[in-house]
Amino acid sequence: MIPGAFTNTEMRSDHRLVAGMVSAGSRVLDVGCGDGLLLHHLALNKNVDARGIELSREGVAACVAKGLAVIQGDADTDLADYPDDCFDFVILSQTLQATRQPRVVLEQMLRIGRNAIVSFPNFGHWRIRANLMFQGRMPVTDNLPDTWYNTPNIHFCTIRDFVALAEELNARIVRADALNAAGKPVAVQLPWWFWNLLGEQGIFWLERGK
Amino acid sequence: MSAGINEVEEPNSKVLRLGADAPLQLESGAILAPLQIAYQTYGTLNAERSNAILICHALTGDQHVANVHPVTGKAGWWLSLVGPGKPIDTDRFFVICSNVIGGCMGSSGPASINPQTEEPHGTDFPVLTIGDMVRAQARLIDFLGIETLLAVVGGSMGGMQVLAWASMFPDRVFAAMPIASSAKHSAQNIAFHEVGRQAVMADPDWRRGRYVLEGTRPVKGLSVARMAAHITYLSEAALQRKFGRNFQDRDAPTFSFDADFQVESYLRYQGISFVERFDANSYLYLTRAMDYFDLAADNGGSLAAAFKGVKTRFCLVSFTSDWLFPTSDSRQIVHALNASGASVSFVEIESDKGHDAFLLEEPNLFATARGFLDSAARARGIKEAGR
Repeated sequence: MIPGAFTNTEMRSDHRLVAGMVSAGSRVLDVGCGDGLLLHHLALNKNVDARGIELSREGVAACVAKGLAVIQGDADTDLADYPDDCFDFVILSQTLQATRQPRVVLEQMLRIGRNAIVSFPNFGHWRIRANLMFQGRMPVTDNLPDTWYNTPNIHFCTIRDFVALAEELNARIVRADALNAAGKPVAVQLPWWFWNLLGEQGIFWLERGK
Repeated sequence: MSAGINEVEEPNSKVLRLGADAPLQLESGAILAPLQIAYQTYGTLNAERSNAILICHALTGDQHVANVHPVTGKAGWWLSLVGPGKPIDTDRFFVICSNVIGGCMGSSGPASINPQTEEPHGTDFPVLTIGDMVRAQARLIDFLGIETLLAVVGGSMGGMQVLAWASMFPDRVFAAMPIASSAKHSAQNIAFHEVGRQAVMADPDWRRGRYVLEGTRPVKGLSVARMAAHITYLSEAALQRKFGRNFQDRDAPTFSFDADFQVESYLRYQGISFVERFDANSYLYLTRAMDYFDLAADNGGSLAAAFKGVKTRFCLVSFTSDWLFPTSDSRQIVHALNASGASVSFVEIESDKGHDAFLLEEPNLFATARGFLDSAARARGIKEAGR
């Protein structure tokens, strides 16, 4: 088996969804690409021009060994250095809430790429609401196991908050998905407020507005 | 005369000699002919001629990457990275390293004999650039019958050559790995080099560069130049860790200008041992070539233009404590490569060893180099080493 040529069943559910949004042969930047699993999958199976940014040296080294073009850097500072429109898709997985300036990061993503795909933990999930309501303490869940004082997640938002930000940035929502605790998509025909309650993660495909 | 000077005409390595019929046009307008290039190779060139890796050495390095040095008797300067089973695997790759022109280990330089006068060139030797060094290397690669190098790898001044290779001969470089390097020499770095050159030229034994003819050697000047430069290759933390304020072979200060401190003794040793193997005029020429290096200026002021349309895949490495070629220098190159659409990876390695880290045992550098070169070799369809 070719290293990294994994089957769909081995893929993370959010990765599988993201991979489905990216068109073949496109130019992709994965911001916070980790060890490059998603990028490698896209490079092998969708023939994309795969680029990445990753904070950890170990992650970059793992990516370089896979033949991926990945630079050590972070979303807050390094997106500004890319020229306009140099990507078709800019992906940010589970990182938006850990950035210092989520709005600026999202703006930069839509500047350097025509499409942005963003996944994030939904702070509007019922378990989190219940936690806060009944215990009166900052929620600690299986998906978000850190306490308030040591969490890297400094800018939580709910799915509705994210929709509002996308509107403010004049971005068009091409597609939105919510995943439940089991990592399964929440049925699409449900109304927004329901997603915001039952989705543990939101995955949004945004397109730069005209 | 030092042992190093004997290496100039008849070096202990392979030599390519090109006659007056193949002159090398230099950026200054001068012409270099005849041209001599001393080089070493390791491993075997495959039938497809696709597995060649060119290593570019730094300011005071030479072609003896992975063999015992003929003058100092020490191990090759990148033996940790180059050899059988090493990240630059000589069982798999054909590795080439040549002494840069302007050097003193067998390639044409100021210590070479000028055929017209039958005397060493001295300061009559034309001033060189990094681009000139690369054009000379390209002659060697032509001679070896290699169209496209699998990779060009080098640190510091070697990294400058790597960048120049990719910019000047993009079709001949499949992968490029500039380590602890920069696309231009900074004002601070030019300043340090000027201190070194002034130290050499202030030595009365320098004799306006004619020391070989006059039977002298600017030992003190070159040694001071090396001492000053050596500080820039380390870091404050590394000096502190290694020496602190420890005394050398004594328990108290001697109230003299002896080398009371270990750090003084160490620097003096570095200076003296350098003089044994290096030519003072070469030091002037090579530092000058680095000073003149500015890849953006050579391309209408835009570094991105230097890499326009380049298909080469890049991997840059910097070290956290390197203040001579800081991470910001590498990032500037990364930005330019991104702007030009080139494929680029970049790693900043945590180290307190300063600029010298690229020559030392740095497992993270080795892992990155191995991963990058393996993936380049796979992409070019080069077989794994049969072990």
